Amino acid sequence: MSDIRFSGVTRVFQRDGREFPTLAGIDLAVADREFVAIVGPSGCGKTTCLRMAAGLEFPTTGTVAVGGRIVESPGPERAVVFQQFALFPWKSVWDNIDFGLKCKGEPGAGRRARIEQIIGVMGLQGYESAFPHQLSGGMQQRVAIARAYVLEPDVLLMDEPFGALDAQTRTVMQEELVRLARVNPRTVLFITHAVDEAVYLADRVVVMTRRPGAIREIVDVASVRRAERWDRHERIEDVMDQESFVHLRTHIWRLLREQQARNDH
Amino acid sequence: MSARSGQAPLPRFEATGLWLAGLGGFFGLWTLVALSGAVSAQFLPSPWAVVERFGELARTPFVGHTIQEHLVSSIGRYLAGFGLAAMIGVPLGLMMGWFRGLDDAVTPLFEAIRFVAPIAWVPFAALWFGTGIGGPVLIIFMGAFPPALINAYRGAKFVEPRLIEAGRMLGASDLRMITQVLLPASVPSIVAGLRISAGLGWQSLVGAELIVASSGIGYLMVKGQSAISTATVMCGMIAIGVVGYAIDALLRAVEAHIHRRRGRNAR
Repeated sequence: MSDIRFSGVTRVFQRDGREFPTLAGIDLAVADREFVAIVGPSGCGKTTCLRMAAGLEFPTTGTVAVGGRIVESPGPERAVVFQQFALFPWKSVWDNIDFGLKCKGEPGAGRRARIEQIIGVMGLQGYESAFPHQLSGGMQQRVAIARAYVLEPDVLLMDEPFGALDAQTRTVMQEELVRLARVNPRTVLFITHAVDEAVYLADRVVVMTRRPGAIREIVDVASVRRAERWDRHERIEDVMDQESFVHLRTHIWRLLREQQARNDH
Repeated sequence: MSARSGQAPLPRFEATGLWLAGLGGFFGLWTLVALSGAVSAQFLPSPWAVVERFGELARTPFVGHTIQEHLVSSIGRYLAGFGLAAMIGVPLGLMMGWFRGLDDAVTPLFEAIRFVAPIAWVPFAALWFGTGIGGPVLIIFMGAFPPALINAYRGAKFVEPRLIEAGRMLGASDLRMITQVLLPASVPSIVAGLRISAGLGWQSLVGAELIVASSGIGYLMVKGQSAISTATVMCGMIAIGVVGYAIDALLRAVEAHIHRRRGRNAR
């Protein structure tokens, strides 16, 4: 079991002796092998939620637990894919992917097989000895995903992973991620600005309010996806063309717009 | 290397011309003063007297050794002192940049000690390590150590946080974090520090040998002074200047090479 559980999580930043609440009581349970996307206005604390699951930040009150254990530090069982890739610029593609395996102390032969496999899955063949700066943004993010996936983490934490990519690359990566999730399902927490992306990828979409962030609504996508058989369609644009998809997307847009309107006053 | 802001770099031949003019002007002035007879040869030896003396020092031993031998023994001491400073300063600096406790414990002490000129350590250097190899090496070490440490420390402190987060997320141990993330990320800063370190070490060497040594360029200069041979002292100064310049040029080349390689790696 590797679920993620946020229980009464709040977060308050202190600056110049003043307190700035950024999260106002998050209760959320992401089930084992569930794909949950969080959308919300900028600064609503969605990235903070992800970073708390990663062990890179900590709640002011409440707890974040993964697999029943309270998160106290970062670890390879909770792999993070950052928006800005965060690849090691001085390491080749191969060595970047190898880094986490080496940290785990895996023997050489096992590492080799696993790296070759993930390189195949992510379409990185031929780029093993390239350095990150020699790759396009899309390829760099493939490496970052490979680096996370190769560790076979219980939980995958993705912080706007496609936010820095151009529209076409983004689409390809979204399709790849769906494919990868089918082959090798993981518990995924996915932060995004893009409503399309959230609805296309996630089983449930969490819509947050503006700062201090709270959960406005949790939208169930999985049941619609199954009922409407979105998986008949290979391509993202065909899924996005479905009436049921448009309906969900519009619903989420309205929820976000509501936050926007509040912001304008 | 770029020119100062608002100035285009000079064409190569013009730069070389100015370089020659500067050098020529200096020696010309020196020659004129010497020729005018306004100052005694004792007070300021003429350029040709220095050249002549240099030839003598190269052929016949002075206070036990030829000038080349003195230079070799100086360089040996220097390499030992600088090498130790780099070998201790860089890892310690990286560790200070990683372990918060070590940072808090060592930094205040170090911030004070670095203002004590290397030459101030002379009495202790002589007392603890003698006037042979150990004493001068300690003084060179004291000169070369601070920049080696400080730059490694700053390099480690200012590594992009996301790379550190990536390392921690991937499960890197402290050792792996320091050697595989902080060290490579800090290379430009470390190399810049070692260049300063090399220069300060070489400067301290002379001070060290002026007082504690039985050979070396500094020692030659002290003995030249006792023998009231200003030309000998001048020869020592020239040797120090030329070797210092060569050390700096070498490290500048290394630095430029690293920057070229890493410039391509920068995102």
